[in-house]
Amino acid sequence: MSEQQEVVERELTMSRGMVEAIAHEMRANDEVFYMGEDVADYGGIFDSTEGLLDEFGHDRIMDVPISETAYLGAAVGAAQEGMRPIAELMFVDFFGVAMDQIYNQMAKNTYMSGGSVSVPMVLTTAVGGTYNDAAQHSQTLYGTFAHLPGMKVVVPSTAYDAKGLMHNAIRDDDPVVYMFHKRLMGIGWMPAPDGPKTPVPETDYTIPFGSADVKREGADVTIVTLGLHVHRALDAADSLAEDGIDAEVVDLRTLVPLDRETILESVRKTGTLVVVDEDYRSYGVTGEVVATVTDEALAHLDAVERVAMPDIPIPYARPLETETQPQAADIEAAVERTQ
Amino acid sequence: MVAISELQEMYTDMVTARHYEERLQEEYLEGKQPAFDISAGPIPGELHLAAGQEAAAVGVCQHLRDDDTVTAPHRPHHVAIAKGVDLKRMTAEIFGRESGLCRGKGGHMHLFDPDVNFACSGIIAEGCPPAAGAGLAAQKRNSDSVAVAYLGEGAIDQGGFFESLNFAAVHDLPVVFVIEDNDWAISMPKERVTDVDDGSQRAAGFDMPGVRVDHDDAVAVYEAAERAVGRARDRNGPTLMEIQVHRRMGHFMGDPQTYRPEDDQTAATERDSIDRLEADLRARGVEDTTIKNLRDAAEDRVEEAIEWAKDQPEPDPETAHEDMFANPPSGVTDTDPEFDLMGGDD
Repeated sequence: MSEQQEVVERELTMSRGMVEAIAHEMRANDEVFYMGEDVADYGGIFDSTEGLLDEFGHDRIMDVPISETAYLGAAVGAAQEGMRPIAELMFVDFFGVAMDQIYNQMAKNTYMSGGSVSVPMVLTTAVGGTYNDAAQHSQTLYGTFAHLPGMKVVVPSTAYDAKGLMHNAIRDDDPVVYMFHKRLMGIGWMPAPDGPKTPVPETDYTIPFGSADVKREGADVTIVTLGLHVHRALDAADSLAEDGIDAEVVDLRTLVPLDRETILESVRKTGTLVVVDEDYRSYGVTGEVVATVTDEALAHLDAVERVAMPDIPIPYARPLETETQPQAADIEAAVERTQ
Repeated sequence: MVAISELQEMYTDMVTARHYEERLQEEYLEGKQPAFDISAGPIPGELHLAAGQEAAAVGVCQHLRDDDTVTAPHRPHHVAIAKGVDLKRMTAEIFGRESGLCRGKGGHMHLFDPDVNFACSGIIAEGCPPAAGAGLAAQKRNSDSVAVAYLGEGAIDQGGFFESLNFAAVHDLPVVFVIEDNDWAISMPKERVTDVDDGSQRAAGFDMPGVRVDHDDAVAVYEAAERAVGRARDRNGPTLMEIQVHRRMGHFMGDPQTYRPEDDQTAATERDSIDRLEADLRARGVEDTTIKNLRDAAEDRVEEAIEWAKDQPEPDPETAHEDMFANPPSGVTDTDPEFDLMGGDD
């Protein structure tokens, strides 16, 4: 940062960062609107639209019936007409009732039309566990959305990233799935860890997709992760530093596109890879990251570990959820196994 | 006229369910004060309570047997109680304990009690297709059991609901779809998301009877359900019912309900189907002491269930990895084949 630049001190919660970008884009472009369940008067169950109704009214901050197939599909249709809808799926787990509109329409129409149609919409959705909401309300499903081609997949971990990624998401001409972790939003009744609340400039700015962010530099081990687990990995790194292990933490920020170069550069430096994911272990993010490294930098790789949800539905009782969800201690243990 | 013994059974289930929800509310909020933190306190996760919706549960389930199937949505306790789900083990499940109905894996939105064919799901309207499936099984097996799917009025705009109505109608399945209309889908009042006041009108498009009970009254529900369940049991096909109920609490515990006018919240507590049934009992000559005894016994049963549940151990973390499949991952194949394939080279 050059000395002429202003130092930003104002800190926002992640939800405020996200909402500020949406409000900015809505002011700039009448064709941007937001649809979802409980997004208007309630302000989003997870504060994703808090305050927007007051400024933009019910025509542009639209509560919808519990009809995900209809309103997500309607967002696809409006986007194909050239508008810029943002449609919210309250919990990502609810994708099941509307998956056809998401993956057979939203994700495929650009390609199937030979590029003659585009779908400039954002699908926002709440992800993640940590509060015992059990198997139908706690998943991240990062790998599911990243696996099916045609969607750009964004997973912010801080307020700064949330705002810049949202600006980019709304301006992008392609469908973007914007997955915000409930535990990071800064909701009063679900206290966030310290990390996601960051300084955020009042001006608009974009963060390009496919640019991972090194949240902590280190020489001994590369921890690649996203979402909530960026913060758990940073906690683990602090603790490992006391044992003389210097961990680098790479926040992917987007899964599609995936910034493979930043991962490879880090592993070429440290020689050791630990991938941490709140999604299921098999056929997912951890496997993709490890394969990226073995494809391109096998000679540099001395040790590798994955830390992820086991391949089971997420259980309800606290000891069971804690057992299955990767904790900072699990990350530390995985790093120690590589040393 | 409904037999007094049946009225007393319904009354017992209603006061059980009401007391249960009020006590769970207290237990849930313990440890979440002064600042509400969803991940604190003795009961994990979200909690959707059904105080004010008891008439819909008891009026229908009074006609059901253990072999009849019920699916409920995310707000399931009153229906579970009316269906005869094991109260102690249900409570242990809600507290996330090892001896819970689902060994602590399901939680309050995902309760399963196969002994009385009860299940619930946290995904809106998604109990409708499995209820149709239970009806299909009964039909194929030539049994006279029936299935009931409970859903909220917010669920009647969901695809799974429409498809299930059609599937049940076209196959004449023994299913009753019961819409509990509490006027609110979280913060969305019915009129803002559905263009009919009476959800039972949806039935017309599927050539099945649609009936609305527009006052929150267990006896009226009982009478309407008698025809609907009877029609299903007699293999005359499905019925869609809508019952006006009242949401006396927030959508979930911790819901500030700032979107909801105060007079609507007050009205929901003033129209009480339990008081109404109690008045009916008195009018039929049931003594005050009898009513008090029923109520006391119900409250004692709830206290006992909560005490028992809180005494149960939490599950061993390792059990998280159990119950993934009914059979081993390899399937049922555990023997060497007793044949050789022609041309096999080994």
